[in-house]
Amino acid sequence: MNDWPLLSLTTFLPLLGALFILTIRGETEVVARNARAVALLTSIATFIISLFIAVKFNGASPDFQFKETALWFPGTTIAYSMGVDGISMWFVILSTFLTPLCILSSFGGVTVRVKEYMVAFLILETMMVGMFCALDLVLFYIFFEAVLIPMFIIIGVWGGARRVYAAFKFFLYTLAGSVLMLLAMLVMYFEAHTTDIPSLMAHSFPFAMQQWLWLAFFASFAVKVPMWPVHTWLPDAHVEAPTAGSVILAGVLLKMGAYGFIRFSVPMLPDASVYFTPLIYTLSIVAVIYTSLVALVQEDMKKLIAYSSVAHMGYVTIGIFSMTVQGVEGAIYQMLSHGVVSGALFLCVGVVYDRMHTREINRYGGLATRMPKYAAVFMLFTMASVGLPGTSGFVGEFLVLLGAFQVSSWVAFFAATGLVLGAAYMLVLYRRVVFGRLTRDDLKTILDLDMREIAVFVPLILVVIWMGVQPNTFIDPMHASVAKLIDNYELARAAHEGLSVAAR
Amino acid sequence: MITATVFLPLLGAAVAGLLGRFIGDRGAQILTCGLLLISAVLAGLIFQTVALGHQPQTVVIADWITSGTFNVAWTLKVDTLTAVMLIVVTWVSAAVHVYSVGYMSHDTSIARFQSYLSLFTFAMLMLVTSDNLVQMFFGWEGVGVASYLLIGFWYEKPSASAAAIKAFVVNRVGDFGFALGIFGVYFMFGTVGFDAIFAAAPDKAAATVTFFGVEWHAITICCLLLFVGAMGKSAQLGLHTWLPDAMEGPTPVSALIHAATMVTAGVFMVARMSPLFEFSDTALTVVTVVGAATAIFAATVGCVQNDIKRVIAYSTCSQLGYMFFAIGVSAYQAAIFHLMTHAFFKALLFLGAGSVIHAMSDEQDIRRMGGIWKHVKVTWVLMWIGSLALAGIPVFAGYYSKDTILEAAWASHSIAGQGAYWLGCTAAFLTAFYSWRLLLLTFHGRPRADEHVMAHVHESPAVMLIPLLFLALGAVFAGWLGYDLFVGHHNAEFWGKSILVTAAHPSLENAHHVPSWAALLPTVVAVSGIALAYLLYSFAPGIPGALAKAFQPIYLFLLNKWYFDELYDKIFVKPAFKLGKGLWQGGDGALIDGVGPDGVAAGTLAVARKVGRMQSGYLYHYAYAMLIGVAVFVTWYVFNAR
Repeated sequence: MNDWPLLSLTTFLPLLGALFILTIRGETEVVARNARAVALLTSIATFIISLFIAVKFNGASPDFQFKETALWFPGTTIAYSMGVDGISMWFVILSTFLTPLCILSSFGGVTVRVKEYMVAFLILETMMVGMFCALDLVLFYIFFEAVLIPMFIIIGVWGGARRVYAAFKFFLYTLAGSVLMLLAMLVMYFEAHTTDIPSLMAHSFPFAMQQWLWLAFFASFAVKVPMWPVHTWLPDAHVEAPTAGSVILAGVLLKMGAYGFIRFSVPMLPDASVYFTPLIYTLSIVAVIYTSLVALVQEDMKKLIAYSSVAHMGYVTIGIFSMTVQGVEGAIYQMLSHGVVSGALFLCVGVVYDRMHTREINRYGGLATRMPKYAAVFMLFTMASVGLPGTSGFVGEFLVLLGAFQVSSWVAFFAATGLVLGAAYMLVLYRRVVFGRLTRDDLKTILDLDMREIAVFVPLILVVIWMGVQPNTFIDPMHASVAKLIDNYELARAAHEGLSVAAR
Repeated sequence: MITATVFLPLLGAAVAGLLGRFIGDRGAQILTCGLLLISAVLAGLIFQTVALGHQPQTVVIADWITSGTFNVAWTLKVDTLTAVMLIVVTWVSAAVHVYSVGYMSHDTSIARFQSYLSLFTFAMLMLVTSDNLVQMFFGWEGVGVASYLLIGFWYEKPSASAAAIKAFVVNRVGDFGFALGIFGVYFMFGTVGFDAIFAAAPDKAAATVTFFGVEWHAITICCLLLFVGAMGKSAQLGLHTWLPDAMEGPTPVSALIHAATMVTAGVFMVARMSPLFEFSDTALTVVTVVGAATAIFAATVGCVQNDIKRVIAYSTCSQLGYMFFAIGVSAYQAAIFHLMTHAFFKALLFLGAGSVIHAMSDEQDIRRMGGIWKHVKVTWVLMWIGSLALAGIPVFAGYYSKDTILEAAWASHSIAGQGAYWLGCTAAFLTAFYSWRLLLLTFHGRPRADEHVMAHVHESPAVMLIPLLFLALGAVFAGWLGYDLFVGHHNAEFWGKSILVTAAHPSLENAHHVPSWAALLPTVVAVSGIALAYLLYSFAPGIPGALAKAFQPIYLFLLNKWYFDELYDKIFVKPAFKLGKGLWQGGDGALIDGVGPDGVAAGTLAVARKVGRMQSGYLYHYAYAMLIGVAVFVTWYVFNAR
């Protein structure tokens, strides 16, 4: 299967599944059952195919691999161009890994419009995977924006009480940024006469133009990350989204912004990236401390985890812009880890939400008595979120801080306060939900995890521990791509500094 | 063999934890205790080869993290220092495992408890066998989690889960320093492996570095940051507040984690880093001062506490202070020696206290005990042995190690060392005093418990007493047996390369030549402390109450533990929550959302309404607007035409 178009297959197989589901007719019950089965099987098949990408990936090469190119608009350079390097490959796999778990987890929670829900999820998967594979500016933009549509629908249709407010807030926030990004992409096209991403990485833009382009991209990516102070859509979106929606939102959609920084801002606009690094550091540090403190006082379980996501993504942006090997690799690792861990935490919330239909922390307490398995699973992911060594959370956080310290000890100092604050809010949450005496009558009959839920959690547990104990499985294929990224960046920087010296 | 020693407890923890329901409580107990006993025997064999046979060993298990020039692998390194720790950890842990079978017999989650104990042991073993800072951090955080789980073991008690969080978070404050220390070391040396760091340390002895905007002596700042970590884990003054609260956990936990092993991890870490600390006199002075201050602080508080476990907890805190100021005067060997003897007698005291609590139907307040020695003779004798060792009465273990520490402090000839000697002697006096206060109030005098409780007072079963007897042997003989090897004339051979002391710091060498009064003083004050306790609590029991009344402010100050908890609550905990609430409602809610999305939405709506109102439907409104428009255009045209 050497010449199979693996990336297109991974991208569009879910879409095929979605089309198939649309053809299902009959009784509501039967349709729901069939739609669930088809969606699950499709997403599992997609995951298996995506694993071939990892297996066949050549980690020694920094280039884009599995490339597919077909001219799209004759007369322009716009092409259907796909390919992955050691960085984007992992995000493809993260997306295909989380989707089947999400679909499986919503078997219990979603009971209305099941067919449409499954279709939305499979389309969402296509868009996410396509976004990480795209090597053409236009193609990237289409996928990047199209991701919003199924997510908007998932929140707006299957969400909670304030779902419409949340869906619109989410959509407008992210769209506002994207408009500026589209402008920036047009400017790039007129300047470099190409939309091919690898060629654009090699092109050097004048510094003045870089600054504007950088800010335009920043507007879009910062909202997606989300960075402080444009993060307020996230808690609302998370709270109102159905469980699986939150998982994908935290697991994959938040990574799009940081991925954009790695794919566009840093390699294409290196000088502006240097120029704006202090801004990124400041906003990230504020995010880490500010949102951690806010998380401490939340009354809603999902909101608390949403705020913790903002803090964790603060580490990611610090790592990327530290521009050290450890910082960048740590940032990528933190993204992967956060994708798995925060996804798992939202699933943990979903488990009790499905039973009690409330996310209010005060309505719980003492779950350990009735739900020992749940308590153990929740504990593990809490610890991974806190960054306990031996879990995936540690590796990313540690490498980011290590990298940041080499550049600025102050940045590392302030960011490391997240170690203390993170422990505080997660443990307070765990204590209020799981520890204590079980006093509420409606909790006295609550059931522990069933087989389906265990099947959702087991892969996540294995991955979290594997990523903590043997992280090199994931870091090794990154080395070449990250090294190239940093080398190019250093070269551009040196050239820029040379120029400015000459100008003096 | 080394791998088995470390990983057998993990196996026990995993099986007991995951399959607890299948193998049953009894199965979990047999499995975890059995594996731990094997581990303990293996540790003995390792001690023989490595420490007595002078053959340090290193086993690489697997790679871990590689990123750029940063590289760490899962590696087990055993030299004399580690071998000593292996003995302490596995032996005390084995004793505690067996003891727990009896102590926890009425509990509902026995398998979970045994699993946590084994998990803790595994993490502690990873900590002491690490060959680099990052793996040590793994063990460091691992013991922290195990301690969190065990303190909060009775999760239905609100005080227990609060204490668990407090322990974890305060330790995290220390870990914050530790982590920065690791980054600093990597920045300086480009590696986190011990051997490479130590080899490069002499070359960097004079290097300076700018961290946090200040130019520092490089090794000093690294050492100070690492020491913050040690302060957290070893409950030194300032970061000690979690330790007394940690007594909420079951008593075997207090014995294992909060007396014998985990809290000594900080001492171990600094001793392990001796080749770095030796190059920074400033860092060593800080260690001395903090250690001595903790020793005296905790001793003063220990004198007025009424909870049997809290008295012993403050005593632990105080003894850890001794170990640190020993390190501060470069007597690392003496610190580890005291760590070892302390592990035996303090575990003995805790488990003995557990036996008392067991006998007294879960009563912990020593004011409601008394007169029970006839009913629990074995426990009574063992508690006496533990207290004699703690007070440093000759021939018992504590005498050898504590005296060596105080002599080394005297012999260091530095101001800090001298101060530490005097504070240490005062603390020794207080130690003896509160130990006998505890013994007298608990076992002697008139019974103060009600008849119901007194009727139930009974000696503990053999499964609890045998581990106690084993620890008592250590409390009696460990000092006498270990003296020559650890701090005596053969100490250089024994320690080999695991501890470095430069020629500039010969305090341990000089400790053997201090004036006889300085060597005798600790014993004299210990005996007078005991005498004072007899005077106050046996012969004239009215005096303590009168004293407390006469010096009420001082009494309250001590009873409330120098008000540290209240202070931290006021300046850290409450403001953090208040700030969080303010940022959430004021920052996110009012400011960002108010000006941002909600504000824009509201603004758009307001504009739309205004514009909407202009569509009045009256022709003359529209005609008027057109007229104004025409006027504006004409004016603009006229002015621009020139």
